[in-house]
Amino acid sequence: MFRILERKDLSSSIKQFVIDAPLVARKAKAGQFVILRIKDGGERIPLTIADFDAQKGTVTVVFQEVGKTTKELGTLQAGDSIADFVGPLGEPVDFPHHKKVLGIGGGLGVAPLYPKLKLLKEKGVEVTSIIGARSADLLIMEDEVRAVSDRMFVCTDDGSKGRHGFVTVVLKELLEQGERFDEIIIIGPPILMKIGAEITRPYGIPTMVSLNPIMVDGTGMCGCCRVTVGGETKFACVDGPAFDGHKVDFDELIKRLQTYRDEEKIAMEKYEGGKCRCHQ
Amino acid sequence: MPSINRSKTKTPMPSQDPEERSRNFNEVALGYAKEDAINEAMRCLNCKKPTCVEGCPVHVQIPNFIKHIVEEDFEGAIKVIKETNNLPAICGRVCPQEEQCEQRCVLAKRGEPVGIGRLERFAADWEMQNGIKVPEKPAPRGKKVAVIGSGPAGLTCAGDLAKLGYEVTVFEAFHEPGGVLIYGIPEFRLPKAIVRQEVEFIKKLGVEVKTNMVMGQVLTVDDLLEREGYDAVFIGTGAGLPKFLNIPGENYLGVYSANEFLTRINLMKAYNFPETDTPVKVGKKVAVVGGGNVAMDAARSALRMGAQEVHIIYRRSEEEMPARKEEVEHAKEEGIIFNFLTNPVRILGDENGWVKGIECIRMELGEPDASGRRRPVPVKGSEFVLEMDTVIIAIGTGPNPLLIRATEGIKLNKYGYIETDENGKTSKEGVWAGGDIVTGAATVILAMGAGKKAAQSIHEYLQNK
Repeated sequence: MFRILERKDLSSSIKQFVIDAPLVARKAKAGQFVILRIKDGGERIPLTIADFDAQKGTVTVVFQEVGKTTKELGTLQAGDSIADFVGPLGEPVDFPHHKKVLGIGGGLGVAPLYPKLKLLKEKGVEVTSIIGARSADLLIMEDEVRAVSDRMFVCTDDGSKGRHGFVTVVLKELLEQGERFDEIIIIGPPILMKIGAEITRPYGIPTMVSLNPIMVDGTGMCGCCRVTVGGETKFACVDGPAFDGHKVDFDELIKRLQTYRDEEKIAMEKYEGGKCRCHQ
Repeated sequence: MPSINRSKTKTPMPSQDPEERSRNFNEVALGYAKEDAINEAMRCLNCKKPTCVEGCPVHVQIPNFIKHIVEEDFEGAIKVIKETNNLPAICGRVCPQEEQCEQRCVLAKRGEPVGIGRLERFAADWEMQNGIKVPEKPAPRGKKVAVIGSGPAGLTCAGDLAKLGYEVTVFEAFHEPGGVLIYGIPEFRLPKAIVRQEVEFIKKLGVEVKTNMVMGQVLTVDDLLEREGYDAVFIGTGAGLPKFLNIPGENYLGVYSANEFLTRINLMKAYNFPETDTPVKVGKKVAVVGGGNVAMDAARSALRMGAQEVHIIYRRSEEEMPARKEEVEHAKEEGIIFNFLTNPVRILGDENGWVKGIECIRMELGEPDASGRRRPVPVKGSEFVLEMDTVIIAIGTGPNPLLIRATEGIKLNKYGYIETDENGKTSKEGVWAGGDIVTGAATVILAMGAGKKAAQSIHEYLQNK
């Protein structure tokens, strides 16, 4: 069992847990993720590692309540335990010769963006960040990101905080103003990463995205998370989750994410005690 | 009561009715009653030079345990089996006996061999019902061995080393130990309760099992040897990386690797959804590509999940099919449709990306290939489409890269499997490997044989260390 040491509500639907997981914390690196299972009979879900502390032996995860499992996870409090917590999984990211990097996080994507920016900052790289959300209420980890950024832009779709508009608008402006970066990291909903990668493509700036396909084991043994990158099938769990955004087939990813839409509804309705209408 | 049974055929094993069983996940073969077992045991001639034993990768003393069954000394029978086999309830169910012990049985020359597998299962099940006896723990040797992977190779190696007095820890990536016995082989062929009991037996021998440990990621082999104080490591991580066909359309929704499909059902219990949380989507018409045991398991699972029509698509003919005969027979009885000499060319999808069919081409057999089987060659212009809404790819697996890429100084062969000597010793000091990670996808019993050999070799190494 893995204990939840701290719980913080980042918004009404986004929660942050600090989990006691010393072995995972010791090996965790920026760009990696964990798989957790709340209890027997539960599903295995991948969650990004939003932060880790090898000395304290803790791993921080951030999740949004969107389905049955994340809703159930959101009911747990500090002191509660979860059955299984597996990681660190995936390939870590590295930025060997970078001097200037732009990081863009949309919605929950700010959580996986943060450890990468933190790593860059530690390496002395000049960091610009753009973070955004649908509204001010859903904007997360603003202070953390600011602490590792030389410059930060905040956007909301509804204008309730910072710039009114999408993060990609600021990206476009910066590039049009002639700003250049060694790499641009874009993490968020697939459609945001797709649009962002299209904006950076004409400039030929390397663009890293982090993908979130459906997974089961997270260790490369099922192939559920396969994505097409540069015409080749890759497994996001062992080859990723970070990939070259200019090579990812986002349309396929978006479709594949819909595979269990009906089942997700059934599970949710059952969990919330509502009457399942799917079988009528 | 006669002391010998001269019947040329095996005593029949009761099984669930095909019609009924094709809709449930309960075990198909029901096992011998006491009378059946004694009757079958009396067919054994108790040969002076028992060739059957040579056919067994773990050298179970077959005529000896069968003699105990004839004498109704079932406790004695299981004791003999367990001297060399830690997992008899599993072997009795899933070993390809027809290619091993039973193939070498002298009775096979003039009729059916002794039903050795059925008798092994009977003895193991008898013990489970009557209380498992754990051998006395030997004096501890003060040396630690790490076993990576809790499939048949790892469990066997761990069990044997524990019996020799070593402190053994098994590291398992999933939340439940058993490896392919849990995630791969379906309930109706190998009930999970049986696997759990066998794992419990290994634990009672003193083995510690740590789950949720994705080795290579959370700990490396060097961590185990240098930091965690282990004196030797056995790698039994299996061949878990699914192969795809590399044909167009393979990423359409509704296309699964057999590993994913079976893991969702077996490990994650998708047949209980929404009581359990992991779903699996099975359409009305399902195609399974491949001709091995895994393909049979996937096809029969699809049927039990409610598919109306399930097809096996196999590029060679029935004769070349690698699946166990019994599994093929069971699949046929249950109504699985076999398309032999048929090879998929591409998978067709609808506008939302869901599978709607599979285009295949007819094959004919040409000259024998490297495997000795006649090579299938496509018949020009014979393409046709089978309408399908689920496609499962069961054409084999490769080595999982996670542990290997994190292990420096371990020599691999050209296919990416670990190279070892005949005792499972790798090129890396203090490290052994066995099972599918060495041989490529093979059988449970071969993996067990490899685990056994490695345990012996590790024992010799540690005695001299």
